[in-house]
Amino acid sequence: MPAVTETREAVETLGQSTYKWGFETDIEMEFAPKGLSEETIRFISARKQEPEWMLDWRLQAFRAWQAMEEPTWQKPEYPAIDYQDAFYFAEPKKKPGPKSLEEVDPELLRTYEKLGIPLHEQAILAGVEGADQAERLPVAVDAVFDSVSVVTTFRKTLEEAGVIFCPISDAIREHPELVKRYLGSVVPVSDNFFAALNSAVFTDGSFVYVPEGVRCPMELSTYFRINARNTGQFERTLIICEDRATVSYLEGCTAPMRDENQLHAAVVELVAMNDATIKYSTVQNWYPGDENGKGGIYNFVTKRGACRGRNAKISWTQVETGSAITWKYPSCILAGEGSVGEFYSVAVTNNRQQADTGTKMIHLAPNTRSTIIAKTISAGHSDSTYRGLVRMMPKARGARNFTQCDSLLIGDQCGAHTVPYIENRNMTARVEHEATTSKISEDQLFYCRSRGLSEEDAVGLIVNGFCKDVLKELPMEFAVEAQKLLQLSLEGSVG
Amino acid sequence: MSESVALSPALGSFLARAHEGEARELLARQGLPQRRLEAWRYTPLRDVDRIGFEPPAHVSLGEAEALLARLAPEARSGFRVVFVNGVLVPELTRLPEAVILTAPDAPLLADRPLSVLNSALQQPGLSLTVPAGVEAGQICLVSLVSGEEPVSTHLAHQVTLEKEATLTLLDIQSGEGAYLANPSLTVSVAEGAHLTHLRVQQDDVRATNLTLVNASIAEHGTYDSFTLTLGSRLSRHEVLAHLGGKHATVHVNAAQLLAGTQHADLTSVITHAAPDCNSRQTVKNVLMDAAHGVFQGKIYVDRIAQKTDGYQMNQALLLSEKAQIDSKPELEIYADDVKCSHGATVGALDDEQLFYLRARGVPYDTAKAMLVRAFLLDALSLVTDEAAYALLDQRVEAWWLNREG
Repeated sequence: MPAVTETREAVETLGQSTYKWGFETDIEMEFAPKGLSEETIRFISARKQEPEWMLDWRLQAFRAWQAMEEPTWQKPEYPAIDYQDAFYFAEPKKKPGPKSLEEVDPELLRTYEKLGIPLHEQAILAGVEGADQAERLPVAVDAVFDSVSVVTTFRKTLEEAGVIFCPISDAIREHPELVKRYLGSVVPVSDNFFAALNSAVFTDGSFVYVPEGVRCPMELSTYFRINARNTGQFERTLIICEDRATVSYLEGCTAPMRDENQLHAAVVELVAMNDATIKYSTVQNWYPGDENGKGGIYNFVTKRGACRGRNAKISWTQVETGSAITWKYPSCILAGEGSVGEFYSVAVTNNRQQADTGTKMIHLAPNTRSTIIAKTISAGHSDSTYRGLVRMMPKARGARNFTQCDSLLIGDQCGAHTVPYIENRNMTARVEHEATTSKISEDQLFYCRSRGLSEEDAVGLIVNGFCKDVLKELPMEFAVEAQKLLQLSLEGSVG
Repeated sequence: MSESVALSPALGSFLARAHEGEARELLARQGLPQRRLEAWRYTPLRDVDRIGFEPPAHVSLGEAEALLARLAPEARSGFRVVFVNGVLVPELTRLPEAVILTAPDAPLLADRPLSVLNSALQQPGLSLTVPAGVEAGQICLVSLVSGEEPVSTHLAHQVTLEKEATLTLLDIQSGEGAYLANPSLTVSVAEGAHLTHLRVQQDDVRATNLTLVNASIAEHGTYDSFTLTLGSRLSRHEVLAHLGGKHATVHVNAAQLLAGTQHADLTSVITHAAPDCNSRQTVKNVLMDAAHGVFQGKIYVDRIAQKTDGYQMNQALLLSEKAQIDSKPELEIYADDVKCSHGATVGALDDEQLFYLRARGVPYDTAKAMLVRAFLLDALSLVTDEAAYALLDQRVEAWWLNREG
């Protein structure tokens, strides 16, 4: 699947929802009563035609959430969120979009241009009226672009392989035994404030089940989900890999996504059994707000994977360039002997963006291994924090961890912070951690400039080099776009 | 937040003795730091909270002399200041003529629980100034505690170095019994001055030691410290260093050698508040039995502190199944033209190194001792004063023989 499919995902997402530049509050919707209460949750559950046990589970989460306090230990600061002043279930209705590309915010179009998105796709992305129908036809000639046929073809392939891949609300109805068994088993309902909130009110997300011995025949992406185009504010993803199964899952999109919801509190749970491998890649480019950080997305996500079986492997790769605040720690619980956890991250902040991200590697079993490579780039007035935990429990004989955190500061008004926690309870476990903070060296810049590169291109080149260790972990087509994205995110930060 | 915390035995006993004032009020409100306080998550004072501490008994001169001979023989000659049970023993004290004793005026740090506790129960400690340009040589600061009942001392020391003055402070903590020692040391290093602070903490293994060092360093000044922690059941050595002038330097080096169920915490916050400053930190933990080592080190670089050079290394050697280490090296950086790095490694002795030595006929125990000593050498070798190095080395040697024999 070429990179365009990712763009395509955005096309779908945006084309179907009430997307418009910036935020709108007066969108016409079918919604649950404002505020968060048992009634709201019952309403959501009923609308989703959920079984009784699911409702109980949500209510349990809600009660846990009510008893919890919003955390304050994080580095990013944000104004208090009024959880009663929001809608928790909304089916957006289509509303008129811009009539033509001329009406679209020129800033947005410029961004599309830089990402190399064809003109007709730009129109769909920007939600120009009629664009998604009229312009889709010529695209449909290309098999890759025809969402319906692509989805059908892939659905068939997946079905033949025995892979279940569907919206989580379908899974709750169609595969209750699997959902019941695994949902909340990695991130319990009362795990943390935002996970509890998500558990109570989540409305959509993906469900993936790869049966024993199956190598998923293709990379899975949120794009291929039918009926789940509006991913919503509280997304819930559950991926299960049985013995010797393998799956690679892509989330996100390189094109800038606009959303009317400011708070995004998603939960992702991964379960890997014996010799199973899950690779989860994210490219996040949500709306970061304007130059003064106004109106950007709060991306508060709980992501955790459990390596339950022997030699299981979970690998997180993320490129985080968007959102006003990115706050998440994709983690691995290494419970199976010889299991492996990996975390590769690039976090870029510019203007007034704030990021507090990192990982947790909990080594429970012998001979478990983990690798953490985190690259942080701060520019403008932004603040970026790496926060991570490596914990070796008493039974983690012979466990290994290697952590490398590098920060790059561009400009003297930004901040880069590193907060690693290292806890070792087993003498045979070995933990290594190193961190550096630096700026782009004058030598490197001079070298590039003297070969005719503009300052911006030179910075882009150097930053890409700085992130190479992480970018090479991305699926190839993703990596190409991610490189462009990095350069774009740092635009205006030099010179 | 004005309501007070529940009155624990420790807090009750402290408040009964505390001086009236802000520190006492803060203490009553905050209590002793517990796990929910991020800076104390690895060293909550839960057990300390259960003990009611009394003021220590007066000790006669004869007893004081005997204690000094027994617990700190290295301080029997030369310039020294001796405190026994929180009180100065003038007969055992001898200071160089060039230094001036001053009235203490150490600030209360409301957000530092150790400063609050020390201020609330403050006992006058050593408070001296080395005048400009004076090379004061070495002064030994000896703090001893003796008492079978749980007693506590809260000495407040203050050392001020005027412009281009130099001093080596050999700081020895020791004692007998299940006491609490809670000293504070306020250091002020003026332009071009140089303070070397070598500390040997060899408290009784039933004791608790909670020390706070608050150092501010001016342009071209240096605060060079090394702490060797051998004693106490529970200890925390907290260093706050503020680099306030260009080209100031701070070294916060340490080695913690722990066995049994000892718990030792080295916490440092180094603030780079001026350009061109330099901070260096090498901290080593050697942990045997069920010992628990903690390292928390933060380097804070202010926006104006361009050209900062900060380096921090902490390593732990676990020599037993039950030993544990918690380490949190932290960088908070707001200036772009800086060179800051930290590294941390945790693990057991390297099997290959052991094999190398054993293959050459070195017995297992000797090989192990060699490797541990080599591990410590990185930190110890940073002590440039030969006599001080010899003392520290001898302490390490004695500790090791004691464990292995």
